[in-house]
Amino acid sequence: MNSIKFLYAAYIATWVIHGLYLGSLLRRYNRLRQQRKDLGK
Amino acid sequence: MSSLRSITVATLAKDIRLEWRSRDAINSMLFFSLLVVVIFSFSFDPNAEESREIAGGLIWVAFLFAAVVALNQTWARELRNQVLDAYRVSPAPANALFVAKALGNFILVSVLEAVMAPLFMIFYNLRALGPAWQLIPVAVLGTWALVVNGTFFAAMSLRTRSREIMLPLLLFPISIPAVQSMVEATRIILAGDGSARFWIVLLLTYDVVFTTACLGLFETILQAE
Amino acid sequence: MKRAFPILAVLTALLLVYAFYEALWVAPMERTMGDVQRIFYYHVPSAWTAFLLFFVNLVASVVYLIGKNAKADALAAVSAEVGVVFCTVVLVTGPIWARPVWGIWWTWDIRLTTTLVLWLIYVSYLVLRRFSDSSQTPKLAAVLAIFGALDVPLVYFSIWFFRTQHPQPVIGGGGSIDPRMLHVLLINWLAFSCFAFLVCWWRYQLELLQRDLEEAQALEALLGDEGLPATSARARSPLNKTPSRPGTV
Repeated sequence: MNSIKFLYAAYIATWVIHGLYLGSLLRRYNRLRQQRKDLGK
Repeated sequence: MSSLRSITVATLAKDIRLEWRSRDAINSMLFFSLLVVVIFSFSFDPNAEESREIAGGLIWVAFLFAAVVALNQTWARELRNQVLDAYRVSPAPANALFVAKALGNFILVSVLEAVMAPLFMIFYNLRALGPAWQLIPVAVLGTWALVVNGTFFAAMSLRTRSREIMLPLLLFPISIPAVQSMVEATRIILAGDGSARFWIVLLLTYDVVFTTACLGLFETILQAE
Repeated sequence: MKRAFPILAVLTALLLVYAFYEALWVAPMERTMGDVQRIFYYHVPSAWTAFLLFFVNLVASVVYLIGKNAKADALAAVSAEVGVVFCTVVLVTGPIWARPVWGIWWTWDIRLTTTLVLWLIYVSYLVLRRFSDSSQTPKLAAVLAIFGALDVPLVYFSIWFFRTQHPQPVIGGGGSIDPRMLHVLLINWLAFSCFAFLVCWWRYQLELLQRDLEEAQALEALLGDEGLPATSARARSPLNKTPSRPGTV
């Protein structure tokens, strides 16, 4: 059934969006930690 | 109460006088409005039947762009001459300044609309099939809806980077119900397709709600500068 | 709370997996739409979560305006951001669902359109937060949140009336729902709410960290490299464990 592809697409899209956001949070967290370390020197 | 009114009138009179003395800004805005109408006419060239259906949308989108051009210069003069700082330390109520600016913008945008509307009527061969007089309250309420929020967001944008783009970014989402009301009301009146009463009432509600909000919160953002 | 975070994260992940299983295998198949209807179990909970987060933003904004509480402002920033993420999920899954079922990508469905306008308002909110001078951001953002909240009922009414004049398909259907489907829906809502809570919590810590860092950087810029007196704000900042620090040489 072709429409099942849409079901997969929706679920995958949901987690891609959440994954991208969490990834950006992780990058921000690492950058802040690095800045804090630089400041502490 | 009377000091509020006299300050408002004085500020408004000053703005009009200054605009009139150097008509460059208005003239370029008028020319911009004309260009918008012409470009739209080239892009959307419907027959008489279709044009009554879509003219409402086209006209109000064109007015919206012209309004943004006008709104972006709202506080330019005040910024150049540090007027806002003076206002902040004066005992004058902040609302007087806001109302004066909003009224000034209302007059300016109405002038632009008065130029564009006949041009649209000519290019699209428009004739209202419904009660044409109802277009007046639609235009007045609709213009005020754009101008009141536009003046407020222009003040908010003063302390942001990319001030010119910030204004439409803030204004357009919030204006969606107002724009929809204006467009639908105009379409209904032009096409004679039922009653525009609901949309006019919704526009009035929008105007009341947001005029109150702007008056209530202007002091807050003025202090924020 | 810090120590509870990993445990809560694992529990939430398990809950999400369980909810996913329920959505795909346990929930009964819908009569008219078939398996595609299962998108519903992700689309609707995401919408409820997004609306809840935007409501939290509104309350935090009002609290900030009344008391100038910096923590309220941080919460407002966080809930807006996470809310936009969930809102994006709603706007992406909605058309993906609509296309196979109704043959169209978009329709002026009242809930979907209201979600779109909310998304636009809150994206403009996030742009305002990023583009504005940081000392004034909290006040301006809070005011915008209030304007947005005032706008939403007007948006709802205008679309509602528009739809009576121009009939359009309704995405997601109205009417009653099979209790087994309702059960799966609520499980997914619980799972996504826990997930949203944890993401907000992490984002909030990040926000506090960033603000502390900015404060410390500003102090360093002001006082230079000569070293700071023990009584300075920097010594009191949570970044420092010891009360006094030697100079940077």
